[in-house]
Amino acid sequence: MTEATLSHQGVNAPAIFTQAELDWFPWLEPLAEKDLTERHWAGLVDAGRAKSPYFMLLARDPDILGTRTRTDKDIFYNVGAGLPRAERELAATATSRFNGCIYCASVHARFAAQYSKRRDDVQRLLDEGVAVDIDPRWNAIIAASVALTATPLAFGPADIERLQDAGLDDLEIADAIHGAAFFNWANRLMLSLGEPSLPA
Amino acid sequence: MNIGPDIIDHLAGIEAGSRLDRLRGERPLTRENAQASYRALFEPTDPGRPTLKERFAVAAFVAGLHGAAPALAFYGLQLRETALDDTLPAAVGIATDAGRSQGPGGRYPAGPLSIENTEGNVFQVPEVVQAALGPRLSAAFEHAHLLVYRPRDAAAASLQKLLDAGFSTTEIVTLSQIVAFLSFQLRVVAGLKALAAVPAPAPAA
Repeated sequence: MTEATLSHQGVNAPAIFTQAELDWFPWLEPLAEKDLTERHWAGLVDAGRAKSPYFMLLARDPDILGTRTRTDKDIFYNVGAGLPRAERELAATATSRFNGCIYCASVHARFAAQYSKRRDDVQRLLDEGVAVDIDPRWNAIIAASVALTATPLAFGPADIERLQDAGLDDLEIADAIHGAAFFNWANRLMLSLGEPSLPA
Repeated sequence: MNIGPDIIDHLAGIEAGSRLDRLRGERPLTRENAQASYRALFEPTDPGRPTLKERFAVAAFVAGLHGAAPALAFYGLQLRETALDDTLPAAVGIATDAGRSQGPGGRYPAGPLSIENTEGNVFQVPEVVQAALGPRLSAAFEHAHLLVYRPRDAAAASLQKLLDAGFSTTEIVTLSQIVAFLSFQLRVVAGLKALAAVPAPAPAA
């Protein structure tokens, strides 16, 4: 079988970082719902994700999709202790801003704004970039996310000390690290398997 | 299936009962699913393609590009055990040395973000190792290099090169997951190692 990449009519690529809701179009054929086996449904974790072309493309390898999704959910949604959800989303947004994933940044900027009630501060991160000066605690989380995102890896004890100075304890620091690290996973899939578009 | 030790603990040097072990123990689902993700990619129930040799070759290349020495040693050893002789591991080493760069970089859609564009180097597998890697791994390495350093330069044409080299759509998804997962795993390791190196501040009285 010859396989080919997909192209889409009417893609209107966003040229700025935004909190607006964007569409995303895959460059490879997602699975069709009628072709899903039990193993695919298990990989999707939430049946509702069968409506998403992104998850239906990733469902082609259902085992890693399932474990990826469960990792994602625990890092971001398990908020009984540790870093508040808003600041985990801030780490995700800063990472996405630095890697250049306009789609991921839009989703997680909305979450950061919703949970922190600081929409304008989140927008400044999108507009001004990761060198933005917001307040010592947010600056420290943004700086740590950026330091951890650079390649080759150069994250070190000084980055931890800055987080401690901003008042984060071990569990909160570990949560920030996992939030930023996870978006180095997510950004690379979202950026390389399809493209964002402003809604028609 | 071999359960084996937790790979992140292994790479970060986290010992049972240590401060970092207890800290990871507070997020058991994260720890368990990060390990399950490793196993889904490197101990798959149905290896098929990408082959295990291809998976470990890409992982060793990505670890090397990140300058992650323990991970390079770990995935390099897995590659040598899977490859049976030293031709492929040696070729991966040469490709890694030729590929080292800095990221993240790349170009944005034309507009206000264009001032942030950077021209990263476009990696081509050195001619001297093309035969040892073969067309599939050569294409996989060029794509992995793009994802590691210039993820925002990825385009449909990048995927077409993988299709042309013989990857199916599903194999491209797996390959992309390997590179993206490594980008996560290596950063968790780097972050936890840095945290372990700094004592926790004494709790406020």
